Amino acid sequence: MKVLFKYLPALFVVSLSACGGDSWNDPYPTADVDRNILYSAFAERPKHLDPVQSYSSNEIMFTAQVYEPPLQYHYLKRPYKLVPLSATKMPVVQYVDKNGRRLTDGIDNEKIAYTIYEISIKPGIRYQPHPAFARNEQGKFLYHNLTARDLAKVYKLNDFPHTDTRELTAEDFVFEIKRLAHPRLHSPIFGLMSDYIVGLKEYSTTLKTAAKKQLRKQGKDTYLDLNNYALEGAQVVDSHTYRIKIKGKYPQFMYWLAMPFFAPIPWEAERFYTQQGLAEKNITLDWYPVGTGPYMLTENNPNLVMILEKNPNFHGETYPVGGTTEDMKKGLLADVGRPLPFISKLKFYRDKESIPRWNKFLQGYYDASGIGSDSFDQAVQITGQGEATVTEAMRVQGIRLETAVATSTYYMGFNMLDPIVGGFTDSARRLRQAISIAVDYEEYVSIFANGRGIPAQGPIAPGIAGHRYGKEGINTIVYDWENEKPRRKPIETARALLAEAGYPNGINVKTSAPLVLYFDVTARGAEDKSKLDWMRKQFQKLSIQLVVRSTDYNRFQDKIRKGNAQIFEWGWNADYPDPENFLFLLHGPQRKVGNDGENAANYDNPEYNDLFEEMKNMEDSPERQKIIDRMVKILRHDAPWLWGYHPKDYGLYHAWYKNVKPNRISHNNMKYYRIDANLRGKKRHNWNKPVLWPVVACLIVLLVGLVPGVVAYRRKERGIGVENLRAQGKNA
Amino acid sequence: MLNYIIRRMFYAIPILIGVNLITFTLFFVVNTPDDMARMQLGIKRVTPEAIAKWKQERGYDKPLVFNSAEEGVQKFIRTIFFEKSAAMFAFNFGRADDGRDIAHEIKTRMLPSLAIALPVFLLGLVAYITFALVMVFFRATYIDFWGVVLCVALMSISSLFYIIGGQFLISKLWHLVPISGFGSGLDASKFLVLPVVIGVISGAGASTRWYRTIFLEEMGKDYVRTARAKGLPETIVLFRHVLRNALIPVLTGAVVVIPLLFLGSLIAESFFGIPGLGSYTIDAINSQDFAVVRAMVFLGSFLYIIGLILTDISYTLVDPRIRLE
Repeated sequence: MKVLFKYLPALFVVSLSACGGDSWNDPYPTADVDRNILYSAFAERPKHLDPVQSYSSNEIMFTAQVYEPPLQYHYLKRPYKLVPLSATKMPVVQYVDKNGRRLTDGIDNEKIAYTIYEISIKPGIRYQPHPAFARNEQGKFLYHNLTARDLAKVYKLNDFPHTDTRELTAEDFVFEIKRLAHPRLHSPIFGLMSDYIVGLKEYSTTLKTAAKKQLRKQGKDTYLDLNNYALEGAQVVDSHTYRIKIKGKYPQFMYWLAMPFFAPIPWEAERFYTQQGLAEKNITLDWYPVGTGPYMLTENNPNLVMILEKNPNFHGETYPVGGTTEDMKKGLLADVGRPLPFISKLKFYRDKESIPRWNKFLQGYYDASGIGSDSFDQAVQITGQGEATVTEAMRVQGIRLETAVATSTYYMGFNMLDPIVGGFTDSARRLRQAISIAVDYEEYVSIFANGRGIPAQGPIAPGIAGHRYGKEGINTIVYDWENEKPRRKPIETARALLAEAGYPNGINVKTSAPLVLYFDVTARGAEDKSKLDWMRKQFQKLSIQLVVRSTDYNRFQDKIRKGNAQIFEWGWNADYPDPENFLFLLHGPQRKVGNDGENAANYDNPEYNDLFEEMKNMEDSPERQKIIDRMVKILRHDAPWLWGYHPKDYGLYHAWYKNVKPNRISHNNMKYYRIDANLRGKKRHNWNKPVLWPVVACLIVLLVGLVPGVVAYRRKERGIGVENLRAQGKNA
Repeated sequence: MLNYIIRRMFYAIPILIGVNLITFTLFFVVNTPDDMARMQLGIKRVTPEAIAKWKQERGYDKPLVFNSAEEGVQKFIRTIFFEKSAAMFAFNFGRADDGRDIAHEIKTRMLPSLAIALPVFLLGLVAYITFALVMVFFRATYIDFWGVVLCVALMSISSLFYIIGGQFLISKLWHLVPISGFGSGLDASKFLVLPVVIGVISGAGASTRWYRTIFLEEMGKDYVRTARAKGLPETIVLFRHVLRNALIPVLTGAVVVIPLLFLGSLIAESFFGIPGLGSYTIDAINSQDFAVVRAMVFLGSFLYIIGLILTDISYTLVDPRIRLE
């Protein structure tokens, strides 16, 4: 015990001395103070960092900084515009007929049998330093035939002492396309791409057979050299040019070329990581990316921190020109033409709970933050003009708010296979239209999303081609245009529609039974009870009883897949900024039931399907807009969804965080950001001075409390002694 | 004693099989292998082929407990239950659904868990026993009364409140330690102060009351009266005689949890950003990673059994009358 008390003060001093800088609550190492580092947090650890497998936003946050596909989105331009990244120019697109004859632009889409994208890549791009490229003096790879002895002291990638690099070639892009079909990997887009890239489906079969044969021959799962197997749809033209051949015409393919799925992978990396001993040590391509981008992953500890550092071999890129006057006002054009990236290190710390994350942001230890519903009132206020701005407390701290309408939609769907709410009968359609009017999404957004959303007029989110603004964009089934803004139709209109549907006052005229509908939701916590109560109230406006069927997420998905749900909530984040990526959610052949597609409402209207097929292959043009308008009109009339709302992203940024232009489509934005580390250091110092009086007060209270304790102890000890003497005297 | 320990280890086998079976049943009542595949493969663009491939690669394409397509004993062996369970008894935990080696994760995450749990356990034990003895010393006085009131108050507050309140006061308002995070080596110490203090305080109410009850029961025994009759000061009576004789119930509660310290705390680790095993378990439950959940439950059961055996052994150390046969 004495030893413990002897060393406690020393431990306390050591703990304090370990605190970074002069702020005791600084969670970062002292060496990092005032360095050009961006600090961010992540709640969920990424599952995949292999570009062929990664699809979630919490994964692409890392992969997009490391991998460079041929194209990217212009950082400043809106609507979103594709520009070359590792490509020298935009791909050259050629259309050919079924006989392989080249067609000219503007030709009838039906004659197009294949589209060929020829992509030229920039010369001189080099990969990040990596042991997979390291060679010995004889030119042989150092780490491609590792033995158990070589791996005895290897626990992470940095344990390999030698690294090297090589120039990026067209073969690496083709190699990655082939990896989409690799039997050992799970690419989420393999199904989609095998419908387009010529020979990809067959290539998968070829690779499976080859892998089995190799397994039989060698007795273990070894490196399958994809270079030995040709893929018709992806061919190298020369060292810096390659071609992708897809079936028919699919203009949206260009957007896929801006995603990490089509980023280059060197065969050496695949060869290196396939070695059995490395996989057993969790050293895989899925955890240690190899790219040409501005950053490279140098520490991968997804339980604590993931660190990206500047890639010393980065080929160079400059801050883009082409911003608007608005961008200039916001200071987004101050760095035009300067070399990227600005920040030397990106540190992502794992902070699973929102409260510590938020408080660390307020202390200046995270450079940016989202806004949870708990902290919304603390952070944001709405002005008299309805504009969102930061509160006075945030403004004093120099925190600014950036908002943008997300390219997403949250909707309430009707199962079109349901006998009551589904189908194309007048009765069912009017019932759905009546409900569309009754459920007041303006109120929903105001109450449950703190105003962070725009009630949707159709499936296509704002900022996406095909979305109509103003009067011509309103859903006339649900809204009237009054005083230059949409106004939800009165509830009487909904009641009249309900009566026409055969349910006057919510009573079925045929059976005289009250109309009861079922709302299928995933199991909810107590905080969502108010949302469900609100939803019941909306249906109650039409005297419809809404029964909530709550279940866990797995069962809910199962219900949707089998078509057993009646009314449900769902959402969609766009993969790319094209209306096709929203309108396909209601395309008949994409329905969930039977086809396992993304059409959760199982909506299947032949006219809409035909228009979709026509629209999806068109370039943006007035003709395409006309078709989209017609499609949206059909949807509004059929009302398979309550269109719900498009969420607004609210982000808070400290004063030292520069060049932020919110962007939900592209993710390789870290290279554009700039941090004023000196300002951050000063602010942190001012905001985090230790407050010592409570400690002193606690010690005083403790000492003061001890005095009567000691007195009572002595009195008691004396009392016990007297009692014992008395007892002894009595006994004597 | 060796025979006793060996016998107890054998008794552990059916217990572990039972625990494994219960975990398996509970997990697969809620999740099917298809659900697990969907969780891992994501929500968008997941094809039935991808699900089938995922299951086949991880051995989830077989029947759960009975394979009617096989012959004889293979009907039970070629099942998910047998194949996933058999390796576990050789402490081969396999790979998590994201491909990471579970044994490696356990090894690396054990120390952060222990870095918090061990100081909380040791400091807590010393503090609770001391407070309990002080209350017993001042029994039937206002100090005892208010001590009990304080303990009941401390017991009544959720541990989450201590965490959030502690982070708010000590880290956010007073800026004395970081709110959350972890570091290696000496750097870790600044992150440990707050969770350790909160861990000790949050357990103080229940533990102090429990120890007080044990000590009060001892106070009524004859040997205490004899000690007092000898004229020994009350502090000597309490710390030398009562404490020593009350060690059996104290050890019953304390030794059994020692092996479990490795497993960490589910809530505290999440709030303080400690990359320990508690946090690992919560992540696995959230992501429906059966391989990790099963491994952690198995490890927990195994360590608990070890804790019980250690408790039995500790009895023989503090009470020479006890023999393990």
